[in-house]
Amino acid sequence: MTEPLLRLSGLTKAYPGVVANRGVSFDIRPGEIHALLGENGAGKSTLVKTIYGLVKPDEGRMAWRGAPFAPGKPSDARAAGVAMVFQHFSLFDALDVAENVALGMENPPPMGELAARIREVSDTYGLPLDPGRIVGDLSAGERQRVEIVRCLLQDPRLLIMDEPTSVLTPQEVEILFETLRKLRSEGTSILYISHKLEEIRALCEHATILRLGEVVATCDPREASAREMAEMMVGSALHRPARAAKAPGEVVLQLDGLTAASPRPFGTALKDVSVEVRAGEVLGIGGVAGNGQDELLLALSGEMRTAAEMVRLKGAPVGRLGPTARRRLGLLCAPEERNGHASAPDMSLTENALLTGGVRKGMIRKGFLDWGKARGFAEEVIRGFDVRTPGPGAAARSLSGGNLQKFVIGREILQAPQVLVVNQPTWGVDAAAAAAIRQALLDLAAGGAAVIVVSQDLDELMEISDRFAALNGGALSAPVPTGGLTVHRIGLMLGGAHDMEVAHVEA
Amino acid sequence: MFGSIDPLLLLASLMVAATPIVFAAIGELVVERAGVLNLGVEGMMITGAVCGFIVAVQTGSPLLGFAGAAVGGAALSLLFAALTQYLLSNQVATGLALTLFGLGLASLLGQGWVGIRAPSVPDLPLGPLRDIPVLGPVLFRHDPMVYLGLLVCLGVWWFLNRTRGGLILRAVGDNHDAAHALGYRVVRVRVLAILFGGAMAGLGGAYLSLVRVPTWTDGITAGAGWIALAIVVFASWRPGRLVIGAYLFGGVAQLQLNLQAAGVRVPVEILSMSPYIATILVLVLLSAGRAPGCLGRSFHAAR
Repeated sequence: MTEPLLRLSGLTKAYPGVVANRGVSFDIRPGEIHALLGENGAGKSTLVKTIYGLVKPDEGRMAWRGAPFAPGKPSDARAAGVAMVFQHFSLFDALDVAENVALGMENPPPMGELAARIREVSDTYGLPLDPGRIVGDLSAGERQRVEIVRCLLQDPRLLIMDEPTSVLTPQEVEILFETLRKLRSEGTSILYISHKLEEIRALCEHATILRLGEVVATCDPREASAREMAEMMVGSALHRPARAAKAPGEVVLQLDGLTAASPRPFGTALKDVSVEVRAGEVLGIGGVAGNGQDELLLALSGEMRTAAEMVRLKGAPVGRLGPTARRRLGLLCAPEERNGHASAPDMSLTENALLTGGVRKGMIRKGFLDWGKARGFAEEVIRGFDVRTPGPGAAARSLSGGNLQKFVIGREILQAPQVLVVNQPTWGVDAAAAAAIRQALLDLAAGGAAVIVVSQDLDELMEISDRFAALNGGALSAPVPTGGLTVHRIGLMLGGAHDMEVAHVEA
Repeated sequence: MFGSIDPLLLLASLMVAATPIVFAAIGELVVERAGVLNLGVEGMMITGAVCGFIVAVQTGSPLLGFAGAAVGGAALSLLFAALTQYLLSNQVATGLALTLFGLGLASLLGQGWVGIRAPSVPDLPLGPLRDIPVLGPVLFRHDPMVYLGLLVCLGVWWFLNRTRGGLILRAVGDNHDAAHALGYRVVRVRVLAILFGGAMAGLGGAYLSLVRVPTWTDGITAGAGWIALAIVVFASWRPGRLVIGAYLFGGVAQLQLNLQAAGVRVPVEILSMSPYIATILVLVLLSAGRAPGCLGRSFHAAR
């Protein structure tokens, strides 16, 4: 067996109140694609930040080709040959591609020469890029290419990829995997972080599984099943949402030629979106981030007004009504971004319960607030959805992602909506909480409400929706029944592999 | 009725009137491109004005006076940097406090210096250029600070767009989390930018007390710092437009003074308003830029 490229021995890092890594040890061999698996909060990010020199471990050592390795800052790690593609946070929207690449290099060549090298490397690896484009105008897939090309220009020995596929279509994922396999064949090691098990099975030959900061298992992902790995990650058997077959009822929500410009810079306009949703059905809407999901949510919630008859609730035009009026009629929305859009992070759970539940639960009378009722409602949500919190007086910010998400979804469900629209209901939520949220959405639909789930997680949509439609460039495809859909077919509905011409995404 | 206004004199005094704003605004532009909103420009200007005045009178050297002004402005901005970058205080509130503090501090320091005349600043000897008809009196008969202001703007443009340091500064202002993840020292870059902004505001203030007025009186800046702040925004954070904005403001300010002196039958209040309105109008029509992504947001590595 060859000497490992990087050996981690007993790495421990504690933050106030939480141990992020506890005695983590494993080897990365030259030329292997090594998966690092774990739930959100398992300590994956802290671990790779340690390798990249952004975090200093409290205990433990690292060895790089046998020699001690303790990078004090990212440039030390880069000098040794470590390169990292970040999940988010590492591109500059206002700068162009070449400038972004230059910022990730120790000694960038002059801009003209750099642009030529970017073209050369991006062609070699099948990642077309124009060095002069402003990054804010690029699609998510193109933005990732910028990050990868930035790494490749430094001839890395070890490439760290943190959740690289969360923003890509299946076709783009396939292109990325080809690039990674090519790199492996050239002798580059790759540390691949993900919680998408099928991808890891397709790509990696070795997997280390983290749970609560500790290595709990290692396996060969080509031999283990996705279910086995998932249970190693979670530490318990997974509960699969169950659904009752039921004939759909009458049409409750109708979008008719919904067309609207985006209110945000770098946003996507909605183009002639038409769809009907029936009582008792779950409509899944998929799409790569930034293809109009946010705008569709704004148009449905009433934060963005449209022509009245573009949005109809039980036949009545509501396109010109604001969020509160729509809530009164039974059209409820739970937006993405639980910290900031779906909740006010610094306010208590009681206050947050009142903010959306006030109208339907009778907590506001003649302009005065009924705090007793609001607290009662918050407690009802906390009990009904197993939200782990000291009580309704806790600030929304203090809850973990999964718990706050259960709260903001539960808050809407308990208001007995006619139509519930949710965006990314389980993004960044641990598997157990995600299963509970999906089950609650299915139960709501079984009770006769119409549910629209907007998500980038295709597995989730396949699991819970009756019909599936794709958003691509602000246009919605015709919905098709979920049964019998293949990944390839979905990929084509999402717009296939985005190339340079399709550029309209803010990630 | 406009007969009493000499167009050449007007154009020449325009450059002088614009110079304090050019200095203060170019400093603030660098600060804001680094992602920091320092509303204390007025306070740093007037502190620079009084420090520069005292040093110049004491030493008899306007050059040392300007140096002292830069140091004074930078020293006050260091307070802002410590509060906002290390103690993570709110930038808007801290900036407003800095303005109030600077006005009070300058008033205190300036007691006993009222009514003294500053040592005069000689024109830059530009030789034969001075004697070119029309252009000579308008462009080439000014003190060195007028030209220094323009050079600083050119230098800032070159720094931001052509050097690695400038690229890093823009990156820090656009997305401080990403810059930190790549290993750049966000706080250090911002502190340096804030110090530069303070020094430039100090120079702008000293230009008022040493050249433009040239004596010390309380409240000598009279809102010039606020104009500089507005010009940075309306100039879309670009040095070239900033110079246009500052010269436009200086020009209309001179023109309305001349009109007042010429006894035009327009209420003085409206004439006094005119530079502000004209500057805002023109720059709004020109503006197309986007604010730096992290403008005004505090950075902490753990968040």
